[in-house]
Parts: sequence; structure tokens; C-alpha cells
Amino acid sequence: MSLEREPEPSSPLTAPMTQTEATHLHAPAIANFVSSAEPVAAEGPPSPIRQYLNTCSNGGFADGSFAALMLVCALSIFAIVLFILTILIVRSKLSLAQFGFGFFMRSAWDPVSGDFGALPFIFGTLATSLLALAMAVPLALGVAIFLSELCPARLRAPISFLTELLAAIPSVVYGLWAVFVLVPIMRDQLGPLLLKYLGWTGFFGGYNFGVGMLTASIILAIMILPIISSITRDIMQAVPVSQREAVLALGATRWEMIRTGVLRNARIGIVGAVILGLGRALGETMAVTMVIGNHPVISKSLFAPGYTLASVIANEFTEATGDLYLSALIEIGLALFLVTIVVNAIARALVWAVTRGAPARVN
Amino acid sequence: MSTNPLPITTPSGGDGALRPPTNYQSTSLRLNSAWRYGVNHLVTGLAILSTVLVIVPLVAILAYLLYKGASSLNLDFFTHIPAPVGETGGGMANSMVGSAIVLTLASSMGIPVGIAAGVYLAEYGRGKLLAMAVRFTADVLNGIPSIVMGIAAYSLIVMQQRHFSAFSGGVALAIMMVPTITRTTEEMLLTVPHAIREAALGLGVPKWRTVLSVSLRTASPGIITGCMLAFARVAGETAPLLFTAFGNQFWSFKLTEPIAALPLQIYVYAISPYDEWHRLAWAGALVLILMIMVSVTLVRIYAGRGTLKGAS
Repeated sequence: MSLEREPEPSSPLTAPMTQTEATHLHAPAIANFVSSAEPVAAEGPPSPIRQYLNTCSNGGFADGSFAALMLVCALSIFAIVLFILTILIVRSKLSLAQFGFGFFMRSAWDPVSGDFGALPFIFGTLATSLLALAMAVPLALGVAIFLSELCPARLRAPISFLTELLAAIPSVVYGLWAVFVLVPIMRDQLGPLLLKYLGWTGFFGGYNFGVGMLTASIILAIMILPIISSITRDIMQAVPVSQREAVLALGATRWEMIRTGVLRNARIGIVGAVILGLGRALGETMAVTMVIGNHPVISKSLFAPGYTLASVIANEFTEATGDLYLSALIEIGLALFLVTIVVNAIARALVWAVTRGAPARVN
Repeated sequence: MSTNPLPITTPSGGDGALRPPTNYQSTSLRLNSAWRYGVNHLVTGLAILSTVLVIVPLVAILAYLLYKGASSLNLDFFTHIPAPVGETGGGMANSMVGSAIVLTLASSMGIPVGIAAGVYLAEYGRGKLLAMAVRFTADVLNGIPSIVMGIAAYSLIVMQQRHFSAFSGGVALAIMMVPTITRTTEEMLLTVPHAIREAALGLGVPKWRTVLSVSLRTASPGIITGCMLAFARVAGETAPLLFTAFGNQFWSFKLTEPIAALPLQIYVYAISPYDEWHRLAWAGALVLILMIMVSVTLVRIYAGRGTLKGAS
């Protein structure tokens, strides 16, 4: 649209002329030399157009400051990450000094006597996240295979849209649903069933309140499914069609084509997508807090209540009395931050390794 | 597959007399192909089954939410502030206004920074190491748990001001919006053909005008999509607001005071022991999810009719 407006004053063609003109006006000593070199520009006063152009800058300043502004905004992303890291370290100094690295190995959590350790939270976070992955990954792979290879073209858009809607539902709404629907189901139907048939494994012992690690894992699995499946689908679609055609031409069935032609080529990216889902599961707060039971114990039974890194912060941060308590909670936040950064960095690197050069995606 | 006795792997196809009886081979082949097609059908079935298993909870959640929410939604919900414990009635009017204030604040900070960073990545930093690093940091920032953002905003603002505030909530959400918007803006700008930029530059338009009026304008449908997705994502965030905006049972319009937010209020009501509050939580969840779904659906429609077909 700017093309239809008045011509910009600083066209590259006029720029050298302007400079000659300026030299002519302000430095008569050199002007003779210049005019002898360019006799055309020597005679007469400058035209009104030339005078107007002389008053205009060449836009270098505007260009430079615009570029600088964009650069500053880009660097602010660095600044944000560095800032979060610094402030977490500074604010958790008290706890870092008091407990050192042993903080992550101790299972005490006693605000009254000021004795803190993060082991139960680390256990809870890892157990729920890995269990959620175990449930979500096969399903997500199935969905991705269906959407990218098997699905009739007419169904593909609505199903992808539905799975993306699943990703857009806020965590707190999942939590609400879990509290009022999933917890009763776990308590009255699924829980007793598991106890009856899988009780011998020892993972389903103890009293079943409905809230606990298993419920939290199920809701986590539902929440990370769309992320894993949509990224996996994108990665599978980035595999060249010629790969598929080559395998099919050798007489492979469709599954053999998917296995040898698609999955084998995309495996690094799929691992990346799974790790990305793990990162999301590790940091998930609200839904887990609402159904995990919030009790810092390490128990073999999946029915038992647990506690995660994120949910202990959510529950106790505003009620923390005393600097050491607050500092211990911030140190838990620091641990969460560092772990998710590492997990995400690995995942992104893997996904990039596969989709580099693939067409852009919106969401 | 490598163990299959495919005849094509034996080079001695021409001299049929030297080969083992064809009968044996064809039986093996037939069994083998039956097995292969069986596996094929089995996997196809499993893929369809898993898709159904994923769709079912979504439909269940949405249907239950619609049922519970619609039956507890009434006019009071939109016009009243929460009633005291034990009294029926009341609504979440202050939470909705509070959410709007916090989200406006977050968008006004997060969207310009996010778009500018995306412009840098796509227009100025192509191929530079710095741009690579920024891109990677943005992706990593995208995965940082929202509760950590809450702690950061708490440490930065709440600890200095010594009280919870709407402003600190806005900052926490703004930080969460930036990486999504940056990456979408960059991807959208990369789809703008070079010829358009070169045409503008060739007419003497300075680079900054080219970026603003040509590149960004061409890519605007995609960029708006990214902004709305980021908005929809933070609109439902509860964790970063827990100790920044903090929540408020009464009307509050000041940025320096604790303010109510819809997701926060849903959380507080959901874990409360009162049936009346549970009802309000369902109604709030329905309103929240309708808001988010409308924006996501708008994004879909808008992205579908962009000026650049390849943009989405």
C-alpha cells in the first residue's frame, strides 16, 4: 500500500547526487574540483526539487534505529531467561546455603522446624510424568499414524482440529473435570478393578481415595496427548513422499511402508516430540495439584497421594512463613526451571534435526 | 522384511530347473503375505482405535462441561460479584472484568515485543548465529512451566511492591506470550516472497517502511493467528496468577491492587467444599472455554483465508 503513496524522498538513485550537491554548497574550496569533474552539476542555483531533497535525510537514521529496536526486542528474550535464572538463584540463596545439593536427596518437609528436602516432590513429578508418557505415547503415535497416513482426506481436518481443541482447554478446566468426574470413576469403578486384577503387582495397594498418583497421571496423559500427536504428525508429514513410494514399490504393505519408510526416518523427531511432552508434563501445575492428594510421601502404591514440584509451589508459596521456607520453595522452582530447560533444549534440538527445511506451521 | 524369501532376491531367475520346487516357495509366500496383511490390518485397527480413544475423552469433557455449565449459568453470573459463604447466588462479574484487565495488560506488553523479535529473526537476522540462538531460546522459554513465570514475576514486582498486584500478573502472562508470538511471526514472515520486498526497496522505500507496510502487512493474517493463539493460551493460565494477581472477592480496577481472574476463581471454587461454589466453578469453566474456543475457531477461519494461501 505504501507503493501508491507519494514517492519517498530517499531513493537510492538520488542519494549520490545529494551528496555532490551538499559538497557544492558548503565547501566551495572543493567545489571547484568537483564541478570540474562533473560539469553538469556546476551551473546555476539548485532547483526547488533538489532543495527539498537536500532538506530530507536519507533515512539511514530511521532505518538504523528501527533495526536496533527490533534487535533489542529479540535480545529481550535472552534477557528474560537470564533474568529468571538470576532471580531464582538470588532468592533461593538462603536454602542453597543451608542445605546445599543434599536438598534434592532429603525427604523431610517440615516447615515448623525448618527442615526441607525435595525428594518426595522429585519422586512425585517423575513418577506421574513417566506414567503419563507411558499411557500417552502409544495413543499419540496411533493418532499421528492415523492422521498422517491412514485417514481419509475428508476426516483429517476435523480430527486435527479436535485434537488441537483438546490442547486449548485450560489446565484448570481439566482439573475441574478430573475432580468431579475422574476421581469418582477412579474411586468406585476403575480403582477396585485394578486392585482385583493387578493387585498382585503391589502397585495398587493401600486405600483408594480416588485422588492420587494414578489419577494425576491419567489427567496428565490426556493433557500431553495432543501436543505429542500433533508434533509427531508434523514430523511424519515432513518425510518425503518419495520414501513412501519407494517402499510401496517394493511390494510392502501399508504398515511396512509406515514402519520402514516413515517411522524409521522420523524416529529422532518422534523422540523429540515425546521429550517435549515430558517437559510439558513435568511443569504442569493446576490439574495435577487438584487431584494428586498433595501429601509429601514416597509410596510404591499408585493409589497413594503424592506431591509434585509444581504443585507444592502452587499450594504453599503464598502461605510460606519465614525466609527459609520461601527460599526452599523458590529453590524447588529453580530445579523445575533447570530441568525443563534441559529437557526442552534436547527435545527442540531433536525436532529441529528432522523438520529443518520443512514448511512452516502455524500452531 | 529382510528374512522374506522373496524370489526377486535370488538372481537365478532364468534357469528354473535348478530351483527348489515352486510349490514350497509359494506356500511360504502365501503364509507370509497372510501374516503381513494381517499385521497391516491389525495396526490400522489399532491406529483407528487410539484415535477414537483420544477423541472420546475430549467429547466427554466438553459434553459434561456444557451440561454442567449451561445448567448453572444464569444472568447473576455475569452481573454479580461472589456471594459470601453459605448464601446462594452471586456471580463472577468481577473475575471476568479482572481477567480482561490482566489480559489487556499482558497483550499490550507481550504482543509488540513478540512481533518485534519475530521481525528481527526473519528480516534482519537471517542466517546469523545470534538469530539462531534467539530462536532456540524462544523455543526453550516456551516450555518453561508457567508456575516458574509466576515465581519470577513475584520476585521481580511483588517483593518490591510488598503487595500482590494486577500489574505483576500482567507481566507474568506477557512473558508467556512472547515466545509463541515471536516464532509465529518469524514463520509467517519467512513465507512472504522476496520479490515483494525487493519491489518496495526498488521503489526507494526505506527498509523499515518495507518491513512495516509490506512484509508485516502481507503476513498479517498469520501473525494475528499467532497472537490469538498466544492469547488463548494465557487466558486459561492459573498458575502464574496464584501469587501475582492473587484474586479478589470484590470489584477492583486498580493495577496496583490484587485483582480477580476467571481461572483463579474457578480453581478456588473447584477445591472448595461448597456445592454452590462448585456450580459457579462449572459456569466459570464454561464461559472460559467458550471464550478460548471462539478465539481458536476464529483463528482457524481467519488463517484459512489469508492473503497468502501458503501462509497457513
